[in-house]
Amino acid sequence: MNVTVLDRAPDRSREAMDPSILGFIDCDVHPFVKGPNDFDPFLSKRWLEHKQTIGNRSRQGLAKTSMYPRMSPGVGQRMDAWPKGGGHPGSDLPLMQEQLLDLFDVSYGLLAPLVGGAAGERNVEFGAAMASAVNEWQLAHWCDLDPRLLGAVQVNIEWTEAAIAEIEKRAGDKRWAQVNIPPRGLEPLGRRRYWPILRACAEAGFPVSLHLGGTSGHASTGGGWPSFYHDEHPSYVQSMQTLVTSLVCEGVFEEIPDLKIVLVEGGFAWLPALCWRLDKHWKRLKAECPSLTMAPSDYVKKHIWVTTQPIEEPEQPVDMLSILEWIGPEKVMFSTDYPHWDQDDPRYAFKVRLPEAWKRMIFKDNAKALYRLD
Amino acid sequence: MARPVQGLIDTDVHVTVPDTRTLLPYLEPYWREHVQRRGLERENLESSAFPSSAPINLRPDWKPETGLAGARLERLQRDLLDPFGHRYAILNCVHGAQMMFSEDLSLAFCRAINEWVKAAWLDKDERLRASIVVPPHSAELAAEEVERLAGDHRFVQILTLAMGELPLGRRQHWPLYRVAEAYGLPIGIHAGSSFRHPPSAGGWGSLYLEDYVSYAQGSASALNSMISEGVFVKFPALKVVLIESGVTWLPASLWRLDKTWRGVRAEVPWLEEQPTQTIRRNVRMTLQPFDAPPSADQLAKIMAQLGSEEMLLFSSDYPHWHFDGMDAIPDGLSEALVHKICIENPLNTYARLKETTP
Repeated sequence: MNVTVLDRAPDRSREAMDPSILGFIDCDVHPFVKGPNDFDPFLSKRWLEHKQTIGNRSRQGLAKTSMYPRMSPGVGQRMDAWPKGGGHPGSDLPLMQEQLLDLFDVSYGLLAPLVGGAAGERNVEFGAAMASAVNEWQLAHWCDLDPRLLGAVQVNIEWTEAAIAEIEKRAGDKRWAQVNIPPRGLEPLGRRRYWPILRACAEAGFPVSLHLGGTSGHASTGGGWPSFYHDEHPSYVQSMQTLVTSLVCEGVFEEIPDLKIVLVEGGFAWLPALCWRLDKHWKRLKAECPSLTMAPSDYVKKHIWVTTQPIEEPEQPVDMLSILEWIGPEKVMFSTDYPHWDQDDPRYAFKVRLPEAWKRMIFKDNAKALYRLD
Repeated sequence: MARPVQGLIDTDVHVTVPDTRTLLPYLEPYWREHVQRRGLERENLESSAFPSSAPINLRPDWKPETGLAGARLERLQRDLLDPFGHRYAILNCVHGAQMMFSEDLSLAFCRAINEWVKAAWLDKDERLRASIVVPPHSAELAAEEVERLAGDHRFVQILTLAMGELPLGRRQHWPLYRVAEAYGLPIGIHAGSSFRHPPSAGGWGSLYLEDYVSYAQGSASALNSMISEGVFVKFPALKVVLIESGVTWLPASLWRLDKTWRGVRAEVPWLEEQPTQTIRRNVRMTLQPFDAPPSADQLAKIMAQLGSEEMLLFSSDYPHWHFDGMDAIPDGLSEALVHKICIENPLNTYARLKETTP
């Protein structure tokens, strides 16, 4: 355990900051609504009435909150991120600027809204309406007020045509960085029925960010539902592994060569071992997936990016360097996950000194290149 | 790849029930009649987790001229026990018996399999040991079956699947863990699923390759559940063996688990030590498939990250195809470590093997 690091009081002064970190691109920032009616102006009368009467219908027992209670109020928020004037962490732009964007001179913050329930909505028409509303809300409440904030296009992938229309509508608008699809879906994303949506993302020039979460109705693990957030939290990794496996093995990257996938909030230290396992067993089962023209790990290297939070903390901190090297430091992008309880502070996230060149790539250049930012 | 040492202990050898009819003499009279009335002896109860003709599950030179691989003792002797010089081989019978929804029918078939394993295998070759097959979704019935067989020390382990109805740590399973600990029988968690749930919340994939790859994450979540629920706090002497689950995924999984524990341990206050420490003490893994990285340098790093020379147990995973010829050991492991993997570690895991080892 890195006791020394864990016990160190954070030095919040600007002088303490590494100049090569200042100005980083944050690949995972969570905006929140000020109140339950924030999306209403962006809904048609029909869907507003639906929202006010039936409301969201997802695939879990509790209607209004997570099935796994977190360890801090607001479903796991940073305790100091509650705005003094009231409201939820992530709902107040000035506080977000103070605690994140201005503090670190963040050049871009990539939004990942986890509100609105569009992606997991069972009534796909309402899902599409909510996706559109959340998208308008991102622009009006965030991107247009602080141009450092870039939106993530929300879609409900269970209605192909509507999802494609939403993606096409946002294409070419620099306020959008990517399309967000939660990894816990009805079926793994590599399945053929999702290819038209993935193709639309690639054609619009949007990477697809798989931000952990989603309510698929499937148990969190292949052996059923965990009892605790303590084992639910690591199970998020497994949905990511399922999707990487699916996208690679189904031959999606052969079919859509421009597709770029970003794994968000799933950690990343597991990726090399998954690649070794994929390569090893693909050798035996090649005949089952004849569309692959190279080893699974080659597709991962070419098409998949990872964001860092929640960063793994190897028992020997120096092992982080091997993991980064095995994944390729050009594929790793820093993220804070502000304002969640387990967010990473760019000054303390890595428990080992990174080579300067890697630091530049991970904190800035990789995201800049992937999202074609200035 | 390198050769294992003579006198090795092989902790994962698959035996296959040739057909359901074979089990009839071993069923109790009520169940024999029941099975025959329903015509179940005509049905093939192969688990869909391991299609028997998929290349990964059938090494070409271990393929029999007729019938299923792993179904005949003579072939096992000729293919494996004689050339490798096994001291012991632990037989694991992965079979649909463990997947029947009826707990009673599941127990009836498991019992018949255990009796068949005794008569057709253990009684015929002194090198053979076996895992007790139990209905994993009924801890009471499973415990009963363990009690019935515990006196026969050729049974050295209890076999369950990584992915069943409920995560393996859940308290409903604890009656089984209580008898396992009492009799010094490790719980062998074999890769695979009874397909009550897709491999993760990400849903059902299309290909067997996806399923097979997912078995590592199935084992990871089984382990996370056992840790979180406090199985090893309640049963500190219990040993768990992850079988055919891969190896190299473990370090990264442990880092994640330890970090979550540091942040969330108020939810599971019975966990007073970092999960990695518990896992190094109570959990073992069989060697094949190892899922080795491409370079020796990477392998050395992974072994160091594992942080224990006690955890790995030699396995051939016969008749599955993970290596060719005699090259069952990944390159780059020291001679001393290979010796431990082949002999000392299995002996220390399966206490019952020591009783008959000079």
